[in-house]
Order: sequence, then structure tokens, then C-alpha cells
Amino acid sequence: MTAVDLGLRLHLALAAAGVLVALAAAPERRARWAGSLAATAAAAGLVTGLAAMAGTEGRLTLSTALPLAPLTLAPDRLGGLFMAIAGGVGLLAALFGIGYAHGPSSSATSWAAFVAFLPSVQLVPAAADVVSFLLVWEAMAITSTVLLLADHEHRPQVLSATRWYAVMTHLGFLALLAGFAVLVAESGGTTLDELARAVESHRQQGGRYHGALALLTIGFAAKAGLVPLHVWLPRAHPEAPSHVSAVMSGAMAGTGIYGLVLIAVRLMPEPPQWWALALVALGIASALYGILQASVATDVKRLLGYSTTENSGLMAIALGLAVLLRADGETGPADVALVACLMLAVSHAAFKTTLFLGAGSVVHATGERDLDRLGGLLPRMPWTATAFALGGLGAAALPVTAGFVSEWVLLQAIIHGARGEGRVVAVVMPLALAAVALTAGLALLTMVKAVGVAFLARGRSEAVATAREAPAPMVTAMLAGAGVLVLLGVAAGPLAVAVAGTVDARGILATSTAGLHLAAVDAGLEPVRLTGGVLVLTALVAGPAILLERRRPRRRTTLPWGCGGVRTSPRMEYTATSYAEPLVRVFGDALRPTRDVAVTRTDRAWFVVREVRFHQQLEDVVEQALYRPLQAVLNRTAELARGVQNGSIHRYLTYSLAALIAVLAAVSR
Amino acid sequence: MSALRLARLIRRVGRIAEPALPAPLPITLPAPLPADPPTDPPTDGRALPSELPSELRGSVQVRHVDAGSCNGCEIEVGAAFGPVYDAERYGARLVASPRHADAVLVTGVVTRNMAEPLRRTVEATPRPRVVLAVGDCAVDCGLFARGHAVVGPASSVVDVDLEVRGCPPEPEQIVAALRRVTGR
Amino acid sequence: MIAWLSAVAAVTVQLVVMVAAAPLVVGLARQSRAWVEGRAGAGVLQPWRDLRKLLLKEPVQAEGTRLQVAAPVVLLATSLMVCAQVPLVGTVSLPGLPGDLFVVVSVLLVGTVALAVLGLDSGTAFGGMGSSRHMTIAALVEPTVLVAVFAVSIPAGSSALSQIMNERLAAPSTIASPASLMAVVALGIAVLAETGRLPVDNPATHLELTMVHEAMVLESSGRDLAWVELGSWLRLAALVGLVGNLLVPWGQATTASPGALLVGILTLLAKLALSAVVLGAAEVFLAKVRLFRVPELLAGSFALAFLAVTTSYLVT
Repeated sequence: MTAVDLGLRLHLALAAAGVLVALAAAPERRARWAGSLAATAAAAGLVTGLAAMAGTEGRLTLSTALPLAPLTLAPDRLGGLFMAIAGGVGLLAALFGIGYAHGPSSSATSWAAFVAFLPSVQLVPAAADVVSFLLVWEAMAITSTVLLLADHEHRPQVLSATRWYAVMTHLGFLALLAGFAVLVAESGGTTLDELARAVESHRQQGGRYHGALALLTIGFAAKAGLVPLHVWLPRAHPEAPSHVSAVMSGAMAGTGIYGLVLIAVRLMPEPPQWWALALVALGIASALYGILQASVATDVKRLLGYSTTENSGLMAIALGLAVLLRADGETGPADVALVACLMLAVSHAAFKTTLFLGAGSVVHATGERDLDRLGGLLPRMPWTATAFALGGLGAAALPVTAGFVSEWVLLQAIIHGARGEGRVVAVVMPLALAAVALTAGLALLTMVKAVGVAFLARGRSEAVATAREAPAPMVTAMLAGAGVLVLLGVAAGPLAVAVAGTVDARGILATSTAGLHLAAVDAGLEPVRLTGGVLVLTALVAGPAILLERRRPRRRTTLPWGCGGVRTSPRMEYTATSYAEPLVRVFGDALRPTRDVAVTRTDRAWFVVREVRFHQQLEDVVEQALYRPLQAVLNRTAELARGVQNGSIHRYLTYSLAALIAVLAAVSR
Repeated sequence: MSALRLARLIRRVGRIAEPALPAPLPITLPAPLPADPPTDPPTDGRALPSELPSELRGSVQVRHVDAGSCNGCEIEVGAAFGPVYDAERYGARLVASPRHADAVLVTGVVTRNMAEPLRRTVEATPRPRVVLAVGDCAVDCGLFARGHAVVGPASSVVDVDLEVRGCPPEPEQIVAALRRVTGR
Repeated sequence: MIAWLSAVAAVTVQLVVMVAAAPLVVGLARQSRAWVEGRAGAGVLQPWRDLRKLLLKEPVQAEGTRLQVAAPVVLLATSLMVCAQVPLVGTVSLPGLPGDLFVVVSVLLVGTVALAVLGLDSGTAFGGMGSSRHMTIAALVEPTVLVAVFAVSIPAGSSALSQIMNERLAAPSTIASPASLMAVVALGIAVLAETGRLPVDNPATHLELTMVHEAMVLESSGRDLAWVELGSWLRLAALVGLVGNLLVPWGQATTASPGALLVGILTLLAKLALSAVVLGAAEVFLAKVRLFRVPELLAGSFALAFLAVTTSYLVT
């Protein structure tokens, strides 16, 4: 029995125990017990994933009463990577949840759903056949829907968010089901290996293969939150309890990326060029649109939700480029791009978990998600602020975090990939680079806004005044996330090598100082030495600064400078809305803000203004342009269909007769 | 104006700045008015060069506060920093924030509305700092003495280190006062 | 070991030269501007005098601010790191720490973020305004920078700056190629925007509402302000020096020998002085563009950079 065998069993057993405990335990102990069991189960999953990543084989076969092949869980190395990601995210989220869950999100149902949600996210990458894959996938969808619904009694928008989520996720499921059904019909088997073999032999058949590919891509893209299938994401992420949002964003969106990578490296190696181009296009659209919406969002969790779309987009770009480059014969840069995609997945999981947990901590302390009403939290919640700032650094792809390293690898793949002869590549590469660069720039602004407006300066509302630092389990979880983010950024080499091993990428080496050397494209990054250099120079500056601080003249504190006139009040500070105002103007065509200015004049004279109200609303343009018309058509069709059912028994009998005749006619043919 | 014409203009005009006077220059103050009571301390002896902070040698950033001026002094202050008198050549520069400033340059009588802002501006200026009262109004209320909105001269609100007389003072005098601070 | 030491020595020399020269570059730019305006000017040494005075003054901090001490230090440290990584005096880089352009840009952006955070931290309307504008410009500049970097790195086959410089030294014809010229021009515009020069930002403005860079540091004083100023000047000098070296790579020390370094220092100073004079004089002819016209300028520079990449495919 290998470590993976054992881990899978242990994981499932712990999760099952956790669900039972969550349902049975007394309310005051529920969080601690169920949360601890969930964390332990996630840790077991993490270890199992790491073992599978290292190449340990192992499987868990469950026979069912259904007339199907037995369900098989057997993570390969790639699956192990995503299992480990989900395990790590789940561990932190469960730990955080112990301190965080309150009110409706700490009910028996919610905890049971949470404990069941974690293993389902972790086992998607472990599934070795289509049936178990789809079953776990659906379990993931259902448990997360239940979790999302937790607070539906108090906030009506939860219901609307859940409806969007449920519909989108099930449409995605249908696409997957159909796609897999086509492949299963072709191959006659249900395991992923059989499918891959069938694809290999039927490659030339065309139509069905391309159709299945498109369907699977739609299903996975919906889960990853790629534009235009992202609409559920900015609704569901803010409304879910924060520890659930962390798993949904850090790990569940990752399963969508896992699916896409699975297609490219295992299920249908050497996918056609249109697929790669579509992926790059989807990725560019998602990255730009996601970060643009994030940069103008004022709800911190909505901001993070859109940022998930952005990061999924970057991963899709990387994956698409890898496929394109491989088709062009540039295996070196192709491998680098593939590794970049996976490293982005890892770093995204790390920083997005940290950020969502940090946002959860802020919500926990203030009850506010609106950045316009936050501010000045740094002295009140120093640990949350530290973790959130580090997470922001990662999301903005700045050194020294995993986010920076993975984006650097992606950029190296792009600039070195463009040396080939392929004309398509020559056009795509600069476009991709420009999109990645603009995304990175906007991500920088977004994160400065989120961190700066929430934590710096002075509080903008009463809620901030009473904020207190989160309890220990929450702080531990946040800081652990931030720590992992920095650690992976410093140990770039080992991370890249470990990730490269899961997809057999060559030419990814680690140097003796944990640096990263991309032998395939001859480029190197030494985060340890870079950090060392920066620290030496910082010491050079900070040394004199500290010495001067001890000497006269002493530092003096006065009022903020308000041009001498009035005492500056927090109302004068820049808010998140005003911070993004220049961007809204610059990208007005893409964002389509609706502005409403109402001027109230005094009765005495029309030119004496008493009050000016300004209201600006930014809706999701894709939702407005694509989904609203669709919804309208659906509603109209439903109205028409209502006429079919008028309650008359005669008419129903006629329907039955007509149906019978139709079936007979069909069968007799 | 096209860039070419501007270039030609620049070549034709050449240097506008007047030749620098030798430094350090004693402030040339107009003789005290005969009406002044003799008990009044002489206004030109307020600050000897040795009393001005040595940290500000060579570089003085000036924050200008109009405490209630008729804007006559502003025109002269503007001229002092303009190309002809060019106070910048002696290391004095106007800045936007008192936090960056070393000298607060006050013009005009201090009106009731400007008393508190003036106090705050000086308070917001990091030490060592110098306060200059420029123009008769800022020094002793000038024409506006005993006006109903007038609090008093600048020295009634903040500690003044240097005074420049005149209604309005000539730019040369303002530059001379600044040169006493910069020592250039 | 000896190679390591000599590389460290070369980088240290470069750092010292840059710290000494950066205020002079700004002073010279102001001085040349003064000459063109018909003024006498404060002299090239004025920025150094300002710095000395700022260090001697008492820092004043607004209540409620937390990062007024740390953010300027971070800015200065990142500026120094940029100076250490960019080939200025010579192409000798620290062993194992090549001046990769993407890394340099990231380090630069850390400084940008430190400055933006400083502005937000002050809690005044101006600070937030400056921070918001600064980050908007930085976000829009980034595509230009990276695509221009891409174009410049194509002939060398690497994004390591020292390799790019060596390639340019070895094959001077690549410098005058249309792709390279367009890329360098685009990079130049991006540098102007990033360092807050005209026409994007007016470094000499007193009007708060038109400020970008100045608005963020309105609350800083004393040595905090000194670090910010020195850090910003170092960024300007390093980036101007980089553009200068890309255009005229000759004179850079390719080894760490004292003679080569001396030549490198002298040519660097000459290039910096020339750039400063040109920068200061050119700014007389420019007006600051409206903030919302800046994206058009940056879009133009991005188009140039993109054309540079495309041309490099067509021509080679």
C-alpha cells in the first residue's frame, strides 16, 4: 500500500467523519470539531497530492451498485499537483473557518457542506475515469451551492447570486457531460487513459473530436471563470462566506484550469491550432476584462472575484501559448509556457486564498465589504494588514512572491517563443505580451487600491472604529498563506522543478541557491540573491535613517495638512471609487459606466445650489450585452410555453396520445 | 507660438536675469516714518544673520501665505521669483506644501479668517523655519490698521523673523531678505 | 572569488557614481532650463544643497499616518537596486544576478507602489489624488515598457540587460535599425511618464490640482522627503542613462578593470550631462498635457513599441 493509497482512504474517512460530526455535534463545539476534521482531511489530501506529484502511484476503487465500471480515484502527477493545491487551500480555509464561521455559515448544514466541499474539490484531479470525475465535479457544484445559500435569509442578493451560480455551473456540467459522452462513445471505455487512446486513433475523424473538444473547453472555462462564462463569479464570490470564497477561488477555479491542462497534455495531446488560439483569445479577454472590472470594483470581495477571472485568463494564455509553440516545434519555450501556466495556478491559489481570508477577516471585524467605507485598519488589525498586503504583492506580481516568479516565467516563454518561423506565433506573441503587461499594470493599481484604501489613512465609517484583530486561528491561516506565497517566491527553482515534473517539461532547472534556470531558453532568476541585494541596499538606507531618527531634530506629529483651512476629515480622503475614476474615464468605452448627477437648487434662486448628488454604477458589460438578451428570450419562450399547460385534462390526454404516436413512429422506422 | 518662433525668441532675448548683486547684502529699508513713536523697536534689526538658522544656508523653500493682502505684494513676490530678479539663483524656491518649506512668506494684514490658517501653516512647517513678513501690511498693518476684519500684523499671530518694508516692497528687497536666509 | 569581488566592486562604483550624479543630473536639467528661459539659475549643485538641508531638518508627520518613514526608505532602496542592476557604468553585473529587464521593471514598480502607498497613507485628498493618477499612468505605461523591452531584446535573444548591451556593442548596426530606434523612442516616452517629467507631469508645479508626483509627497518633510527626492532622482538618472546607453552603448566597461571603469564613468557622466541638458531645454517647449490626454500619448508610444516588434520580424 503506497502513501497515495493510504492518503486517499484516510482523506475520505476523515471527511466522512467530519460530515457526521458537523451534523451531530453541539453548536458550540461544532466549529472546532468539524473544522479540525476538515483541516486534517485537507492536510491528508495535501500530503497525498504531494506524494502523487512526486510520482507515487496509488488508487482507490469504489464499486457501486450502478451498472458502471467501478469508480476509480488514482491521481497522476498532474492530478497530484492540483490535489495538493486544493489541499493547501482547504487546510487554510478550514483553519480560518473555525474562527470565522458565525451566524448562518456556522449551521450544521453549512459545516457539513463545507466539510464535504473540500474533498470534492480535491478529488476532481484524482479521478481516473469519466464517471467518477463527473460525480465528484457535481458534488463540488452541489456542496458549494449549499454553502453559497447560507445567508439567504438576511441578504436577498444571495439568492440571485446562487441562481446565477447554479445555472452557470450546471450548464458547464452539461457541456462536460456531453463532451465526455462523445469521447466515451468513441472509445467504448470510461477511464481517462482509454479516452486518450481513442482520441489518438480517431484523431483524423474530425467533427466529433472537435465538437467534444469545444464542449469540454466550455465546461472547464465556465468553472475557471473565463470571459464570457465568468458572470457567476463576481456574484458568487462576494456572497459566499469568506473561507468558502477562498476555496472557490483558490482551488475550485483551479479545477477548471486543471481540466484545460488535462485536455492539452493527457486527454488530447497536440490539440488543434484553433483550440490554442481560442484559448489565448479567451485568456486575453478574461485577463483584461477581469482586471479592468476588478480595478473599478469597490466591494473588496467582488474585486477579488474579478481578479480570479484575470488570473484564470493568464493561465489560459500560458496554456494556449504552450500548445501553439509545441505545434510550431518550439518545445523549449512551449515547456516554459506550460510550466508558467501551472506556476500561475499555484501562486494564484496562494495569494488569492490569503487575500480572501484577509478580506474575510476585515468583514469579520467591521461587517463592511465596501472599500469606500473602510480605511485606517492597519493599526487596528496589523496581522490582517500584513497578510493582505503580502497577498496583494503576489496578485500584483511583484517580487519577491510566487506571483512574480510565475509571471516572469510566462514573460520569458513569450519573448523566447517568438523566435520561431511560425507566422501565427509572430502575431500572437506580441499581442499576448501586451495583454499580460497591461494586465500586470492594472493589477498593480487594483492591489494598491485594495490595500491602501482598506488599511491606510483614516477610517471612512463608524464600523472601522471598533474593529479588532481577528482571533488566532484566522490570523494563523492568513499568515500561513502569506508565508507560503513568499516562500514559493523565494524558492522559485524547486517550485518550478516540482511543477515541471508533473507535465514532463524539460529544461527547467533549479540552481544551488534555490534560483530558477530555464535552460531551454537560457534565462535565469535568482530570487534569493535579488532579495539579498535589496536587503543589503535597504539596510544601507535604513541604517542612516534609523540613526537619524535617534538624533535631533526629533520627529514631530501634527494635523494632516488641509491647506491651513479646515481640519481635514476622513470624508475628504480618496475613496476606492475616486481612486479608480481616471481609469473609468480612460476605459469608458469598455466599462460603460452609468452616471447620474442630480442637482438640487434652493427655492430662492436657481443658481444657488443646495446639494449635488453623484451616483455612478458599473455593471458587468458582458452580462448586460450577452446574458440579459438571452434571459429575455428565455423568459418570453417560457411565457409561451405556459400556454401549453392550461390544466385541462383533455389537453393532457391529447399530449400523451401525440407523444405515444410519435414514439411508435420513431421506433417503427 | 510655434516651437521655431519660440526658439528664435529665446535666442534673440538671451539672458534676462539682472546681474547678481554682491552677497551678503544688507537689507535696505526705507527710513522709519517720522510719525512712528520712538519706542517702537527698529524693524530692520529683528534678525541678524547670525540668528538665522544655519541649516538653511544655500537652500530655502518658501511657502507663500496671503493673509489678507491687496495683491500688490503678490505681484512683487511673483516678480522676485520671475526671470528678471530670479530669486531661484540664490537657492530660494516657492513650494506648494508647508511640509516642504523652510520659510513662510506672509503678505498682507492678517484678517480674521486667515489668522488660524496662518498659524496652522507655520505650525505645519518643519523646524528650523523662518517667517518673513513682506510689505507694510504684514509688518504693521499699513493702510489697513484698525480695519474691522483685521486681527493685526503677522507678528501678532506668529513669530516673525524677518521683515521687509514697503507698500509694496520692491522685488529687490524681497530677494535681499531671502538672500539673508540663504546666505548666498 | 576574485571575479566575484571585482564584480561587486564594479557595481559598488556604479552605485556611488549614480548617487553622486543623480542630483547633479536634476540640477543640470533645471539649470539648462533656466538658461533657455533667460534666468541665471540656481546652479547645478542646488539639488545637493536641498538634500543636505532636508537631512538636517525636523521631519513632521501627520497624525494617523503609518508609512511616512518606511515608504520613502523602500523607494530609495528599490531605486538603488535599479541602479545596481542596469548597465550604466559598465555591463558587469553581479554574478548570478543578471540585470534582467523584467526584474528591473518589477523592482522599479515596487518603488512606484511605495510612492503610491505613501500618498494614500497621508489621508489627504491630494495624496489620494496623486496616488490614483500615478498608478493609472504606471498601469498604462507598463505595456509600452514591456513591449519595447521585447523589441530591444529580440536581437540579443535575451532579456538580460548586459547581454543586450554586449550584443549592441558587437553589432552596432542593430542600434540604427528601425525596430530598435522605434523601441528606444517608445521607451523614452515611457521613461518620461514614469519619472514624472513633462508633458505627463510638471515637476515644478505649485498647483495641487495638476500634480501627480508632487501631490503624493505633499505630506513628507525632512529626511523622509530627502529619501523620496533622492529615490526619484536616482530613478530618473538610471532610466535616462539606460536609454542613453541603448542608443550609444560605446564607452561602457565590459570588464571590471579600473581603466575600463574610469572610461565607463566618464562616458556615463557625459551621456547623463547631455541628456540632462537636452531634457531641461526641451521641457521649455512643452506644456503639460491634460491628464486625460496622457493615455493618448501613451497609446502612441505603445503603438511605436508594437510596430518595433513587428518590424523586427519583417526586417530580419
